[in-house]
Amino acid sequence: MSPLLLFSPDAAPFFSRTIKGMLYYSAAIRRLCDHGGTFVKEQLNEIFERCDGAPSDLIPILQDIQDVLGYLPREAMTETARFLNMAETSVYGVATFYTQFQLSRPGRHRIKVCHGTACHVRGASEITKAVAAKLGIGPGETTDDFEFTVEAVACFGSCALAPVMVVNDKVYGNVTPERVVEILEDLN
Amino acid sequence: MNRITITIDGKAVETTEGSTILEAALAAGIYIPHLCHSPGLKPYGACRMCIVEIEGMRGMPSSCTTAATDGMVIRNDVEQVNKVRKMTCEMLIADHPLTCLTCQANQDCELQTLSSYLGIQESRLRRMTRDPKPEKDESNPFYTRDLDKCILCGNCTRACHELRGVGAIEISGRGYRSRVAAFGDAPVLESNCVSCGECVDRCPVAALTAKKETVPPSAFTITTCIYCGVGCGLSLGTRSNKIVQVLGDKESIVNRGSLCVKGRFGLDFVSSEDRLTTPLIRRNGQLEEADWDEALGFVAEKLKAIKEEHGSDALAGLSSAKCTNEENYLFQKFFRAGLGTNNVDHCARLCHASTVAGLARAFGSGAMTNSIDELEYADCILIIGSNTTEAHPVLALKIKAAVRSHGATLVVADPRRIEMTQFASLHIRQRSGSDVALINAMLNVIIEEKLLNEEFINSRTEDFDKVRECVADNTPEWAEPITGVAAEDIRTAARAYATAQRSSIVYSMGITQHTTGTDNVLALANLAMLTGNVGKESTGVNPLRGQNNVQGACDLGALPNVYPGYQKVDDAEIHDKFEAAWEATLSDQPGLTVTEIINAAAEGDVKGLYVMGENPMLSDPNLNHVKEALESIDFLCVQDIFLTETARLADVVLPAVSFAEKDGTYTNTERRVQRVRKAIDPPGQARADWKILCALAGRMEYPMAYEHPSEIMDEIADVTPIYGGISYPRIGKVGLQWPCPDKDHPGTVFLHEGEFKRGKGKFHPTPFRAADEEPDSDFPLLLTTGRYLYHWHTRTMTSRTEGLEQICPPVPVEIHPEDAAREGITEGATVEVSSRRGTIHANAVVTERSPLGTVFMAFHFHEGAANTLTNDAIDPIAKIPEYKVCAVKIKAAADRPAEIGAI
Repeated sequence: MSPLLLFSPDAAPFFSRTIKGMLYYSAAIRRLCDHGGTFVKEQLNEIFERCDGAPSDLIPILQDIQDVLGYLPREAMTETARFLNMAETSVYGVATFYTQFQLSRPGRHRIKVCHGTACHVRGASEITKAVAAKLGIGPGETTDDFEFTVEAVACFGSCALAPVMVVNDKVYGNVTPERVVEILEDLN
Repeated sequence: MNRITITIDGKAVETTEGSTILEAALAAGIYIPHLCHSPGLKPYGACRMCIVEIEGMRGMPSSCTTAATDGMVIRNDVEQVNKVRKMTCEMLIADHPLTCLTCQANQDCELQTLSSYLGIQESRLRRMTRDPKPEKDESNPFYTRDLDKCILCGNCTRACHELRGVGAIEISGRGYRSRVAAFGDAPVLESNCVSCGECVDRCPVAALTAKKETVPPSAFTITTCIYCGVGCGLSLGTRSNKIVQVLGDKESIVNRGSLCVKGRFGLDFVSSEDRLTTPLIRRNGQLEEADWDEALGFVAEKLKAIKEEHGSDALAGLSSAKCTNEENYLFQKFFRAGLGTNNVDHCARLCHASTVAGLARAFGSGAMTNSIDELEYADCILIIGSNTTEAHPVLALKIKAAVRSHGATLVVADPRRIEMTQFASLHIRQRSGSDVALINAMLNVIIEEKLLNEEFINSRTEDFDKVRECVADNTPEWAEPITGVAAEDIRTAARAYATAQRSSIVYSMGITQHTTGTDNVLALANLAMLTGNVGKESTGVNPLRGQNNVQGACDLGALPNVYPGYQKVDDAEIHDKFEAAWEATLSDQPGLTVTEIINAAAEGDVKGLYVMGENPMLSDPNLNHVKEALESIDFLCVQDIFLTETARLADVVLPAVSFAEKDGTYTNTERRVQRVRKAIDPPGQARADWKILCALAGRMEYPMAYEHPSEIMDEIADVTPIYGGISYPRIGKVGLQWPCPDKDHPGTVFLHEGEFKRGKGKFHPTPFRAADEEPDSDFPLLLTTGRYLYHWHTRTMTSRTEGLEQICPPVPVEIHPEDAAREGITEGATVEVSSRRGTIHANAVVTERSPLGTVFMAFHFHEGAANTLTNDAIDPIAKIPEYKVCAVKIKAAADRPAEIGAI
């Protein structure tokens, strides 16, 4: 017999089994369109269409979602669980295991300050302090307007340029606290 | 299975091929330290405690993941192995709180046992504290999660995924940040946890503890659960005459230790303050306390007076599917032999009367044809009209296992998007009340596509041509507008069912509670016979009975037309047999059914009603009518453990005892007769129902005297052929499935093997008829009723457990978002739901679980009793009311009555 229709994307979520769960689910659906315009259900469906729904598709799907959305919103994980017909906690377990996955929405600009040995010796902590003074956030944080996310990174392998700061995909070498301010202001 | 022998520390251990070393050792009573092994879960090999040395193998493999092979020589309790274990254990203890004395798991902790076994005397490693220290998750009303004590063995997460198919928790994060988490690290109550407590049961330490189980029991009693018809084995831990712990009975064939939230956490009602402790007699309009002598005298006098003045048939009795087999037997014997009337019925009329009528006509026996265990090995399962995970949670585990472990195809036919659809290959959302059209169309497809089993039809059945003729025009295209199901889906379902090697039908009240209930059942019987899916393992037509002992109450003759064992009252030979056995003159006229009794009471034909453990004031359809009837009756006696809605109207209330306070037997949905054992003493003057009946019969000049329920069972066996070989010693630990005609018969796992009970299976044509009341312009929505996982029937028992009330407060009504939007109803809003028979208030739950045009309500809540709305139109054969379809309208309510609570 041919495989019968599996979970359609709008099928019941794992939530919906208790009354309380149902309320929770309804709220989750309401939040679907409430992600600052970054979360579009169609985008997910495009990703899903490229897979055949095997459990081994989980990590590639999560990577694709993160490529498109910049992180893994909760609802995207729920949708993925439905698509793969697995518990959403299984998706969450994988998403939290790998450091490559982000669970909170990052800022438009990602500022990575290197704290490798070379950069550390050449004043990386001063760089981080300068970023914090300018943006008001420390490593691992995002500004309230979702413009900037700051991260502390172990090493970029560009030790000759220490201290190094990477903004989005652009590498800035031999930065100074003064230069940091200029770079950030240029972004605006 | 081949027997093999292995040697552990010089001791020869015999085991079966395929078992692991650890299983073999534990079965032989040899302790191999372990933390992450739990029976029924797949080997995990995480804790590294069960490592052993095996001759001829390198290193120290874990015994839980290594299969035993013949001649294997294993070293377990030796220094070099224990040294490694000790180091691992010390690392586990390094961040485990050493607060054993004040820990709930003290003396019941596998880490403690292990540490003691390994002789760990000090914490040598630098103490580590988790940063930040995890906060206790107290969100769930039944259990506490304290991750500070978690050792990450994964028993809880694996039980949740593998055994229960729920997946509410999983090990998340990595390294030192690994933790058991619900989705998004939310409090567990906000997850999809169903509070079954399997994780609590399997936690080796105190990371998961039941909130109420603070003191260890002093005794355990193995008994049978009081809630649904699955009949799970319970182990009641008691102390100081109270239930202090509830565990699943791991030796029970039915549940193998698993329970649902009601069975594990919902037994607070037993020691509720509200229990009835003395008889009550109505004086001057008030129920006042009385003693037994007075109360029984009063009841006897009233019953005698009515019998003398108006004849025996002016009396009627409602027996109880909650009471034991013995009590049901005595009840109907008392009415038939003592009072001389066949007016005895019980709530099976309201749930599975159409099953009893339909399957008896088609097969000759109105019971589940196969057994619960067999479901796991079916190749295709058709669930129709059963919300299995909520109404029969532990049985649903077998179906989940069939799908997940054995690749079975699951087809769910249900208007609502119930949880089981998550496991289904196909979900058919037929309109409520259109089941016959759907099944007929499936029959049509199977006949048209020649997927039928001609050999079976020719050799085992009769009247097939009538059905062939009846469904000739019932094509899927014909059914599509009636059922709302795409013709192609009907074809897919029919092919899936017909082409699988072994197909099983599972149904429940979604099939039976219709004016076409008997037709629905007959149509399913046709489906099974057409494809030869009856009379062999893992097939059959399997009604899931609702109450714990509704099967037994039917078996023991608490029905107006049959004596125990479905022996007809109007069969002269049978009638004479019972007159001789009971030494009394018996009526040969079938009596009145529940619905007819209520009508007769309203019309004044029934003057006296005796109700044992039922609550028609909430469970019967068209409640306003029921209330009028019960208020108009001359004499109403209610025997119950609580002052139910019905008892409040009674003239006499007699305090009975709960299942934990008496001995007896229940018969579960798979015909398994199981023991109920007394664990504690009853409160106050409450007496077991069978004792009350005996005492009353004594005063009515029809003495019935028994020392113990086992004597009643012996009498049952004498007069009831299907129970002929059943006795207490034989029931033992695992029960006995009827038919069991004699003392040497091993019981029957599945029915109709080789020959149907009635000889040949009989096909019945079932032309489609519409429901009695369809939505129209005045009442545009269809109301269908059902249950929630967290409550039982009229909530008499479950409302006494605070946690159940917290998770599922009164009174929800589920409505599709589009219907809600049209009526301007938002989530949580108070709404007024009205039908032609009444109006109630409820809280709106806006959800796509309900199909467009249909609203759903559970009938549990007296605060907003769904049966105020339901239609009392009945099936002409089975006399079962149409609970599942009536027309309603719904609108936003101006105010919120206090009693319906807030969600």
